[in-house]
Amino acid sequence: MAKRVGIEVSLAISEAVKQAKVDAIAAYPITPQTHIVEHLSELVADAELDAAFIPVESEHSAMSVCAGTAAAGARTYTATSSQGLALMNEILYIIPALRLPIVMTIANRALSGPISIWNDHSDIMGARDTGWIAIFAENGQEAYDLTLQSFKIAEDHRVLLPISVNIDGFTLSHVIEPHEFIDQQEVDAFLPEYKPAVQLNPDQPVSMGMVGIPEVYAEAKKCQDEVLKNSEAVVKEVFREFGEKFGRHYQVVESYRAEGAETLLLTMGSVSETAMEAIDRLQDVEKRSVGLVRLRLWRPFPSADLLKAVTGCKTLAVLDRAVSFGSPGGPVASEVRSTLYGVDGAPYIASFIAGLGGRDITIADFISIVDQAESMAESNENHQYKMIGVRE
Amino acid sequence: MENLNVFAAKLAPQQEFLAGGHRACQGCAELLAVRLVAKTLGHDYIIANATGCLEIVTSSYPHSAWKVPWIHVAFENAAAVASGVEAAVKVLQRKGRYPVDRKITIVAQAGDGGTVDIGLQALSGALERGHDMIYICYDNEAYMNTGIQRSSSTPYGATTTTSPAGKADPLGQHTMKKNIVEIAAAHNIPYVATASPSYPFDLMNKVKKAAETPGPAYIHCFVPCPTGWRMAPNLAVSIGRIAVESKVFPLYEIENGEYRMTVTHKKHRPVIDYLKPQGRFRHLNEAQINQIQEQVDKSYERLLKKVKMSELELD
Ligand SMILES: Cc1ncc(C[n+]2csc(CCOP(=O)(O)OP(=O)(O)O)c2C)c(N)n1
Ligand code: SF4
Ligand SMILES: [Mg+2]
Repeated sequence: MAKRVGIEVSLAISEAVKQAKVDAIAAYPITPQTHIVEHLSELVADAELDAAFIPVESEHSAMSVCAGTAAAGARTYTATSSQGLALMNEILYIIPALRLPIVMTIANRALSGPISIWNDHSDIMGARDTGWIAIFAENGQEAYDLTLQSFKIAEDHRVLLPISVNIDGFTLSHVIEPHEFIDQQEVDAFLPEYKPAVQLNPDQPVSMGMVGIPEVYAEAKKCQDEVLKNSEAVVKEVFREFGEKFGRHYQVVESYRAEGAETLLLTMGSVSETAMEAIDRLQDVEKRSVGLVRLRLWRPFPSADLLKAVTGCKTLAVLDRAVSFGSPGGPVASEVRSTLYGVDGAPYIASFIAGLGGRDITIADFISIVDQAESMAESNENHQYKMIGVRE
Repeated sequence: MENLNVFAAKLAPQQEFLAGGHRACQGCAELLAVRLVAKTLGHDYIIANATGCLEIVTSSYPHSAWKVPWIHVAFENAAAVASGVEAAVKVLQRKGRYPVDRKITIVAQAGDGGTVDIGLQALSGALERGHDMIYICYDNEAYMNTGIQRSSSTPYGATTTTSPAGKADPLGQHTMKKNIVEIAAAHNIPYVATASPSYPFDLMNKVKKAAETPGPAYIHCFVPCPTGWRMAPNLAVSIGRIAVESKVFPLYEIENGEYRMTVTHKKHRPVIDYLKPQGRFRHLNEAQINQIQEQVDKSYERLLKKVKMSELELD
């Protein structure tokens, strides 16, 4: 078995990208993504990774260069955060429409304004509807594992869609954690060379990105959504294969001590680890019936698995790390509500927003969320969302 | 290197890589120029195209006019997309994983709006990074695709739908055409040229030279647009010639920093010959026309000085 190495999570992600033997990387620096691409450029400079590293002049160009490299048939990687992701937004929509399997790490960071370099999920929520597969990692090992798996998922010819691997900025990107690296031969066996379905090649000319007249546009969009939804099966397949090969098992929806629990917390990202500690305390010390459900796959939204995971609970407290301005709930809570709407015996759903712009979410916060959710459920309180720990 | 001064009518390639039947307006010089470029570059080239007339009229799914690989992503990023294609082909060829091992020319093409305005940053980035590619700007001096709005490449005194001449403001466009050729040259790239489909062999030679030059090349191609310039379609080619003969659009190249005129005339026509057939200049009075003549003379003189300097340096 491979040995465990203590290394910064950003560097572990770069190692995964190296082991995936990417052909091209185009990126623009932004905190807290920088360590990933700095390390990658070192790996290229040291000939440890044989790839084109294209130091572009903006994130808009980063994603545009990636479109070019991927269309020419190169395994392509990029990484960004926050304002960078927002600047890419126009091109983000076009990548899945062109069926280009780019892998991108998003070191999640709050969006301006006010400008903040700290962590929340407002950046990825702004890119929610762009058609990318979006996966969340909770710790460094997951970030490494999911990065490797993402190439395999994205490049599967049944998928051919881009993926973002979301890691919480600073709380994940900048911490040193123990990682178990997979041997290169095993990576190679798991992730074979990228074989593009079509590529820009003068011997077999294709036109990519043509005009969609009204007679074809709707069909193109429906196809795109079908492909994205169907990718969930491939995600599961790759998770299963990875688990069998390497012993680390991933699910699109993960549960923690949730069996038979009356109240469930639902989280996404690295706060899940704090939430687990809260659950331990609630169950072991306070003897309460509270469990945890974590969303790993955010897009396509794993409705069926979520339904299964929460069936039987009475109260579901959903934590969001972003505000969807003017919306009746947090972005995750809104998806959960629409998934459970009209379902027999569906739990009461309480929407909470916390941890904006790097504000800590403590074990006590999670316990307070559970307390509030249970009393809201008791009175069937009609609400949109509650913000935790905000001075009003 | 091959002899570049070879293009003559009977030697021009017969093969077409831009199919007919596309949807450009009658007399569109943009498509005429593109066809000549395609003939010159032949089979082994890949295009990254910006949004604009050229993209719209050639790629209405399921009909593509392109017989070479072609990609369109967005309006402002043709240079970035081409950078990616260039980098990828290079790395994949090195790794033995690209299906073709011949040299492939990478071309970014965009209108003036997609180049001098919204695409300027991506263009500058690509030129600065030194990708081995040709960037061709097809300059029809406005945003034609969206209905003839001004760009910073629209000339002084031209009316467009967003620089109209009116009662309070009888001039039309107030600003001088942005000198993108100098901006490109300021990146110290090995090859920069102006070109015009009204001088097809000059254009083809330049494209060939650009393709054979390692590193980035920038070609600024002047393409009369009968629809946007409000003139008869059959004037597109001749107005392009008059633009050169009247010094409005001189044909020159900058090779490794050295300027050289590629088409010269002993006598020049007055700018009024150029302005008169075009509806976009119809509102101009004599004083305004004289002012334009002065501007044209001045910038031509400035260009000639650079050419002379280069001649001295080369001596
Ligand atoms: C980001 C963005 N802004 C605006 C547009 C609308 N738009 C499409 S083409 C175009 C003008 C194109 O002008 P130019 O580049 O000069 O090409 P032409 O059509 O004149 O050949 C504009 C404004 C767009 N597609 N994308
Ligand atoms: S509007 Fe002008 S540039 Fe566009 S297709 Fe018509 S003639 Fe050509
Ligand atoms: Mg134009």
